[in-house]
Amino acid sequence: MSAAVAFERISARYGTRLVLNEVRARFAKGAVTGIVGPNGAGKTTLFRAALGLLPSFGGMITVLDKPLSDWSREGLARTIAYLPQGSDAHWPIRARQLVSLGRLPHRGPFASLSGVDAIAIDEALVRCDARQFGERRMDELSAGERARVLFARALATAAPILLADEPAAYLDPAHQLRLMELLREEASRGTAVAVTLHDLALASRHCDEIIVLDRGRVAGQGAPEVALSDAALARVFGISAMHTRDPAGGRGALTPWQRL
Amino acid sequence: MDATISIQELRTAPDRAAVTTLTLAILLVLFVGASFLLGPSHLSPAELFSGLVSGRGPAGVIAREIRLPRAALAIVVGGALGASGAALQGLFRNPLAEPGVTGVTSSAGLGAVLALYFGLASSSAFLLPGLAVAGALVSAGILYLLSRGGAGAVALVLSGVAIASFATALTALALSMAKNPYAMSEMVLWMLGSLKDRTLSDLAFSAPLTLAGLALLMSAARGLDALTLGEEAAQSLGVDVASVRGRIVIGVALATGAATAAAGAVSFVGLVVPHVLRRFYGYEPSRLILPSALGGAVLVAAADIAVRLIAPDGELLLGVVTAMLGAPFFLWLIVSLRSES
Repeated sequence: MSAAVAFERISARYGTRLVLNEVRARFAKGAVTGIVGPNGAGKTTLFRAALGLLPSFGGMITVLDKPLSDWSREGLARTIAYLPQGSDAHWPIRARQLVSLGRLPHRGPFASLSGVDAIAIDEALVRCDARQFGERRMDELSAGERARVLFARALATAAPILLADEPAAYLDPAHQLRLMELLREEASRGTAVAVTLHDLALASRHCDEIIVLDRGRVAGQGAPEVALSDAALARVFGISAMHTRDPAGGRGALTPWQRL
Repeated sequence: MDATISIQELRTAPDRAAVTTLTLAILLVLFVGASFLLGPSHLSPAELFSGLVSGRGPAGVIAREIRLPRAALAIVVGGALGASGAALQGLFRNPLAEPGVTGVTSSAGLGAVLALYFGLASSSAFLLPGLAVAGALVSAGILYLLSRGGAGAVALVLSGVAIASFATALTALALSMAKNPYAMSEMVLWMLGSLKDRTLSDLAFSAPLTLAGLALLMSAARGLDALTLGEEAAQSLGVDVASVRGRIVIGVALATGAATAAAGAVSFVGLVVPHVLRRFYGYEPSRLILPSALGGAVLVAAADIAVRLIAPDGELLLGVVTAMLGAPFFLWLIVSLRSES
């Protein structure tokens, strides 16, 4: 698996606080990479760095083997789709209209939506189980329904890299699982999917690779069972975990059990 | 079943917008026409129109030099204010943003007064609109800084109150220092706005400046749609948010500055019009700008007719009518926003 995004010794500060400290990590093509870590570990900052949203940082980021600084704004927008944490719509526009914003990187300055755009929008709505309320206004939807529409917006861009910050928040269990299936589907199409998760059970069961961030440092990267070992959980999160096996032989999961 | 519903709704949604736009256009023609026909001299519509075409005789002078500027300026001033309001509301993602409330019009008025009463306006025809736009730019620049800091509704409105009071105080100071015997009445004129006794030269500078401002606003329209998702998401979609902000702020300063230089500080048009129209355009900021220009023109033309019908002696000012409509609306909006959150 080759890296779609590679971080080489990335350091970033907010004011005087060091948020990322010599981070070395990679998001692989065709894989779901889960980023976990306690609050304030630098998960969101890592995404913002890859998107070129940090005014300054130290180190080197390459996106599809090209340095970040060589990317044009438009090119990067077509290449990385980003779902920010806790995103919402500021005006009660219709759900379908919101999803169509995901096509902006593909449209000329004054061009209207093309047939390709319409198909991408429809497909994204269907995949997020949101087609049935495509014509409803965002303020008429529940928090979970809005989250699905917002995720469909990111899918509609059809970018080779997808960064989703806490997309599982607000979702009911069935839609959380549906979300992880969707991320898996995206990855199986070759997309590099990176997702921050607070739910270690979801992360351990559904991600190919886990990056553990702790106070701006990478505390581990690898397969879930390696990166989320008992020792790592104790050191980074201060917890012990119960391990569940998949009776069908697939990947198991861990459940946070006790504070240490 | 689902499919048929969504197809029907797809059909009706744009239709509703088209019907609204058409209605606004018809209203505009009616009100601007009525505004052109309305005046103290008893001329028939036929005389006025033939005077407008030929330009000969007293009817020609009245039609071309009195009625035409007044009717056309209603379009320019209302269009500028309506579009500016829609764009500012989109930029701040806040229905309370508006050139008047944010102090842009008062600052533009200050610029115009400085140009007029210190004799600068006579040295060059560009100085009056130029200083008005400059005044608008200063307060819009403050808005720019606020928007960068992600100002909330309260900060926006309070800073608008501060800017407007400061600009009004300086306007009063300038008028008194200019030893103008009519300082009080002139000041009221600038603070409330009027389309009375405007000339073709007012139209000649305000129309192109307003058009330039509108063009800038439209160039940033799609960025406003993306901002519906928040700044970081908009940036990740390839939108240059700093450039969108800059274009909106300069566009608003050009349009509002030009409108204020021609008519004084007409308030609340940019607040009421976009808010009323928003639902007909699917709450999309980009689609709201041009209809708000149309709606603003309708409102100003209608208010200017009302002013003349209520007080034919010309004592009632345009801004009195727009404020009487707009200020209670503003209060109602604040109350309804509070109950929402």
